Formats: sequence, structure tokens, C-alpha cells
Amino acid sequence: MTPEHKFAENFAEIHPPLGSREALVEANRCLFCFDAPCANACPTHIDVPGFIKKISSGNLRGSAMTILNANILGLSCARVCPVDVLCEGACVMHRYNQSPIEIGRLQRHAMDYFYDAGARLPAAAAAKPGCVACIGAGPASLACAAKLRQQGFPVTIFDNRPLAGGLNTYGVAEYKLRPADSQKEVELVRSLGVEFRLSVEIGGELRVRELEEQFDILFLGVGLGPTQPLQIPGEHLPGVMDALHFIAGYKTHRAAGVGRRVVVIGGGNTAIDAATAALRLGAEQVHVLYRRSETEMPAYQFEYDLAMREGVQFHWLTQPVAIHGKHAAEYVECVRMELGPADRKGRRQPRPVPDSNYRLDCDMVIPSIGQSRLFDFLSQFRGVQLEAGRVVVDASGQTSNPRYFAGGDCVNGGREVVDAVAEGQRAALAIARRLEEIHG
Amino acid sequence: MAELAATFAGIRSPNPFWLASGPPSNCGDQVKRAFDAGWGGAVWKTIGEPIVNVSSRYSSVDWNGQRMMGLNNIELITDRPIETNFREIAEVKKSYPHQAVIASLMVESRRDAWHEIVRRAEDAGADGLELNFGCPHGMSERGMGSAVGQVPDYTTMITEWVKEIARTPVLVKLTPNVGDIRAIARAAKRGGADGLSAINTLNSITGIDLDTFTPRPDVGGRSSHGGYCGPAVKPIALHMVQQLTSDPEAGLPVSGIGGISGWREAAEFLLLGCHSLQVCTAVMHYGYRIVEDMIEGLSNWMDEKGFRGLDDLRGISLPRVTEWKHLDLNYKIVARIHADLCIGCELCYIACWDGAHQCIHLEGSGTPAQVLAEARARYTQTPAVVAVDTAHTPPERIPRVDEQACVGCNLCWLVCPVEGCITMDRVDTGLVPESWEQRGAGSQ
Repeated sequence: MTPEHKFAENFAEIHPPLGSREALVEANRCLFCFDAPCANACPTHIDVPGFIKKISSGNLRGSAMTILNANILGLSCARVCPVDVLCEGACVMHRYNQSPIEIGRLQRHAMDYFYDAGARLPAAAAAKPGCVACIGAGPASLACAAKLRQQGFPVTIFDNRPLAGGLNTYGVAEYKLRPADSQKEVELVRSLGVEFRLSVEIGGELRVRELEEQFDILFLGVGLGPTQPLQIPGEHLPGVMDALHFIAGYKTHRAAGVGRRVVVIGGGNTAIDAATAALRLGAEQVHVLYRRSETEMPAYQFEYDLAMREGVQFHWLTQPVAIHGKHAAEYVECVRMELGPADRKGRRQPRPVPDSNYRLDCDMVIPSIGQSRLFDFLSQFRGVQLEAGRVVVDASGQTSNPRYFAGGDCVNGGREVVDAVAEGQRAALAIARRLEEIHG
Repeated sequence: MAELAATFAGIRSPNPFWLASGPPSNCGDQVKRAFDAGWGGAVWKTIGEPIVNVSSRYSSVDWNGQRMMGLNNIELITDRPIETNFREIAEVKKSYPHQAVIASLMVESRRDAWHEIVRRAEDAGADGLELNFGCPHGMSERGMGSAVGQVPDYTTMITEWVKEIARTPVLVKLTPNVGDIRAIARAAKRGGADGLSAINTLNSITGIDLDTFTPRPDVGGRSSHGGYCGPAVKPIALHMVQQLTSDPEAGLPVSGIGGISGWREAAEFLLLGCHSLQVCTAVMHYGYRIVEDMIEGLSNWMDEKGFRGLDDLRGISLPRVTEWKHLDLNYKIVARIHADLCIGCELCYIACWDGAHQCIHLEGSGTPAQVLAEARARYTQTPAVVAVDTAHTPPERIPRVDEQACVGCNLCWLVCPVEGCITMDRVDTGLVPESWEQRGAGSQ
């Protein structure tokens, strides 16, 4: 078996597509609720029963358009949405002694049809005056740009990476979404006439002032920064690689190296993505360290269940204090923690248990304790108010500088792709109104 | 254990479940396997001068992901030689003396032709004869099948010819493709028939291929109307059977046919007065094995209800079928939604608003358009604030019934997916029963 095949097998899709007959049976299970809770639970408010009904009638193009009209990134959302806590979590079937409708997989069914049939969207509206720059090529900007372009406004997307798509391309576990699928959505947005300028560093070769001169409105969809540093000795040793770099590396280079014994630090969904990827890449043991207990872990239950099924070992109430090694990481020095009283937010604060240090041998450490805020980068945009490193926006997505709008992780601090899409689209509505004011 | 032995027009069988004349009773091997599976009788695939069939022959109506809610066929009578069929009937009767074997017959409308086929069928040992006056496709173009069964005089005439020499009971199989099935039943009675089989298939075009524009079944780019059967036709069959069994002028025992797929439908046909039951489509779908559940289910239900034999239950629903004018106008029921069972789908709400009488409401809302407008107003919150509580229905999603306005139509109860969540409860109007007829008489 070639490494390429091996990789494909190990990263096989976790939610495989439904066969057409399977999709029909599943679609027919849908009760077609009125004012459906699933549609309410979706941040982009896709008319879920509406698109499912169209699958059951064989109107797959109509189904896909129902999805895409509400959410231009319907393909990636169908694959990466945490449906358990969104649409499927709200499904009335839970109270009907039945499993919820597999909304995510049905959405994928309609999306697969749409893309297989040539991904034809209705032509954008006639050109309108005004031009918009979207900074960052992730889901928020793609959604914002697509909505504006469909209404006839010219939009240019800027990103410092060679591929557009943001975390959809570089940061989502391979078994959920492949870069090639993320690129299909980028191409869909491009097909609307959105211009992409990639591998461009804003503030470097392209100054913010130039952008402000060239564009009426700027949309900030820049996401978050690199993984936060652990701030412990040894974190710069070879063999230590933060989760986002690790995930982007294996997704873009495929055969990226992995250790034999891997320690992942953090209890979020990205930590789980990194841990399960490490196993799939060939690690013999993967340990996840989290400083609180199982109940406080921020990762979704289904992500945790997946990691448990795959054999990831969890170390609760454990904090790394140093990474040791002569030339590269050899072991993590850990300390046991206990939970103290709750803080103002009601979260119990962990504190070290004295003299409980122990060593955990490893040859790779993957810190995954959340992404940092882009303080320095965002402070280039004059008049855009920040709060704790997040861009502050009003209910329409407008920042304190009326020429700037924002959405996605840089506003919400790091949520789902579907939230970024909702915020990008929300901003697009307000931007369109603003452009019409400007240009009459 | 209830006794299921049946006697219909003098024909005995260990249970009332017979194969209807059709593909499952095409040859001796099939009928033997059916009897081994437990079938009480079989009406042989119609025997006559062998025909040539086309390909394809069947088409169906699927519904909501379920296959073959209704089945249509354009197959004709047997394509095997007459002597082969009669030889196999003789063989089957020899091996299975207790099961009923009925020869379904169709020949051209000549007295001598009918005399000959009747003689040969009885010589082969058939327990009875079923005259196929019902086949609605192909054969009718040749002056047979429903071409006979749609004309009372032809029905009487051919039945008389058969009765001139028949020694076994003669059943006439009726077509539903007539204005009033009772007229044909009475004609059969005049001809001397001993029993009726009803219903044969309904004229149908099941659908059209939206790519080729050819109706199904497609025979080289053309199609022809066929005969419709299967679960979809049961309500029509039940109604026609009720017309026959409550018609004193027809006054013949009936073998019920049409959409019987399990013991429940069987019980319904018996309650409306049938003496035996014939099944075809369900066997074509699932095989002879379905008879096991039919026998067991019917028997268990009869035990539960205290019926010892088929005579105890036959026809007991007939007095409860009446003309509309005799129904009590003062009987009132209203819908009640049991909040503890409600899953919050709001199907009753939208059904009542758009399809009934606008008497189911959501708290604080008016029309469906207002409900959706309120939902859209919530949509402006991004990110959406949703507390996922899979166990409890949010109170605002549980509709309530305005009992004063409720007309008791049943629609909400019919659309509600949860058993027992909506009940239709009797309300005492304080009025004595009064029918439309009585009210009309009073006003005169």
C-alpha cells in the first residue's frame, strides 16, 4: 500500500456519504415540523425541513439551493458542523424515541449532488458601484464576499496563505473535511466573480492605508492567531509542535512526521483533532493532558467519545510544568491538580497538588490550549475598537470605525464555521445597505 | 384457540386465507409451496386459451420511501396450456385434499366454450369455479373479463351457461370498474351464482417516467392501462364489499379481495361480512411466508375478543355502517393535546390552520405567518442562542386547542406522529341524539 493510500485509509471520512436510497429513507423520516426547531438552532437558519422535503421528492437542485441561499458554505458545514449541539440536537425525534434525523448527512447529500452537477449558481445581480475588501479568506470572509457579490458588489479577498478557506483548508481534521473539498467552496465563491489575492501580507507589502484608499468598506474576517504558548521551560525544543501547525502540516504535506509517544496538551476540540490525527498518522500512544476534570473539558461530548473509542488516553487534573530533553523533547514533567472553589464565572479553578510531580515519556508534544488573539495585527486598523483582543461589533457586524465590519473568530473568540458564515452574511447585509447609502 | 376453518359457498378450507388468482397461483409447484406455508386455499391463475404476454408487466406506486403501496399489472391470464394447468390441479388436489383449489376461468363468450372449460376444470378435481369477469386490461379488449363484468346481461348469461353443467360452487369475480357494483352482483345472482369474489383490480395508470415520458410499465416506449391492487386499494375494496354484503338483492356470500396484507385487513373484511379472503400483492411482495402472521394474528385477536370461530365475528360491523342522514348531529368530540407527550413538531398547528378550522394555537402567536415572523426576529441574534435540551419540549412549542372552536374533525389527531398525544374526547352537549333525517322531519 502506498503512503498515499495508507493516509487515505487512516483518514477515511468519519461520516461517509449517504447512498441515494439511504438518503431517501432518511429524508422520509423527517416529520416536516412547522417553524422547525432544527432551523431555529442553525446559526444560518437553513430551512432544514424544506431542503429535506426536496430530497425526498427528488428535487435535489432545489434542495441544494435552499441550503446555499441560507449558507454558501453548505458543503463544509454539512461535514464539520457539531450537529449534535445544533440542528440534530434540536430535532423533535429525540422525544419520539427515535434517533434524530441525520441532517448533516442529508445536507451533504444535496451538496454532493450540487457540486457533482457542476456547481452552478444563478448569475450575480447586475454590477453595482462600491467595492469591498475582505481581509482573511476563511469562512466569514467567503460568506460575506459571496453574499455581496450575488447582489452585484465587487469584492476582493486578501489572505497571507497560499490557499483560501482559512481553517476549513488548514485546520479541520482531515476525516471531517479535506482541503480539496474546502477548495471546491472557494471555487464556488470565485465563480461568482469574487477576486482572490493570496499570499499577501497585510501591513507588509500592502499597507492598510492603501487598502483604505482602494476600498469603500473593509471586512475583517481574520480569525485568531497561532496557538497560545505554554509558557513553560522546554516548549521550544524540537519535537514540540503546536496543534494548528501540526494539523496544517499533515493536511498539506500528507506524510508529515509524528512521534511514537505523543502528548497533547489541552482539552478542547482542536486538542482532540490533534490527538486522533496523531494516532491515524501512526503514533503508538497518544496522551491528552487537561488541567481540570472530565466534566469541565470544553471539547464536545461526541469528540471526546471519538477519542476514547480510538484509544486516546486522557490524564485529568494534570498540568505540564516543563518539557525536558537533551536535543529534543523526551518527557513532560507533569503536576497533579485539584479543583478549588468556583471563580466569579462559576468555574472551579485548578491548583497544583504540592509534590505531585511525575514524568510522562514522549517524543512529541502538541500544545493545544487555544488560539491567541491577533492584538498587534488588528491594532493596524485605526479606529477599530478591540476588547480583550476581539473586534467589537454592533448587531449588524459594524465596528466602531464605520468603514470596517467584522465577523467570525476574530469577533466571537473562536466558534464554529457556521457561526462565522452567519456573521459574514450578517455583515454583508449591512455592508450592502452602507454601499447603497454611499453611492446612492 | 379460535377455530379458523372457513366455509364459503359450500367450499371448505382450513382457514380463510386463499391465494387470489394471479402470479402466486400460476402453477402446481407454487400452489404446493403456498399450501406448505399454510395457505387455506388457492384460486388458480385464470385458465383459458393461452395468451402471449408482454414485457414489462408490472409497475407500482411507492410512497414516502415504502415500496409498492399500490401495484399495477398488464399481465393477462395464464400463458400455459389448458391441459397443463388442469393436470397440475389434479396433482395438487391429490396431495392436498383439505385445501381449497378453485379454478379461475375465462374463455370467449360462447356457450360451448364455457361448457367445455367447466367440465375439464371439474374433472381435474377443482373444489369450485371462479368466473373471471373482472380482468380490466387486455382480455376486455377481446370481449372477455371486465367486458362481461361491466354488462349485467352478459354476466347473467354466462353465469347461466356455467350453471347449466357445473357440479361445484360457482363464484363470480366482480370488477370494481363499474358505476354500481351491486348491479353486477344482482345479475350474477340471477344467473345462479353461488358466491361473489370482490374486488378485481382497478383501471389505472400508475405513473409516468419523467425522463422518457412513457407511462409505466414501459413496453418498448408505450404503455397500456393496467389493473391496480395492493394496500392502496383496500379502502375502495372494503366499501364495495360492504355494498355487496349489505345488499339483500345480491344476497350472496363474498370472498373479500383488495389490499389484504395482514391479519388486520383480514379482520376488517370479515367484520364487513366476508366468508373467505384472497391475497395476491402482499405475496408478490414478500412471499407465501406472510400467511403465518396472518393466521396467528387473526387467531390471537379472535381469542382476545372472545370469538370462537369466524361465524362469531362475520358481519358484526355491518349494522354500524349507515347512511349519513342517520348519524347523530349532537355527538361532539374535541381534540385534546397531552402536553407530556407532545414533541413540539407543530404539525397539528399548521394542519388545523391551513387544512381545518384554525382552532389550534401557539402561545402568544396568531397566524402561521406571525409565528414565522417571530422566529425570523429571533434569527437576528447571532450566534443563535439555543439551549439543547433533547428531553423536554419547550413549552412555547406545545400547541393548545380552543375547545369551543374545535369541530372534532380528527385532522390533528391524524397528523400527530405520537400515539396518544392527541386524543379526541367526548364532550357532553346535553342534547339528545338527533340525525339529519330526524331534524328534517321535525322542521316540516
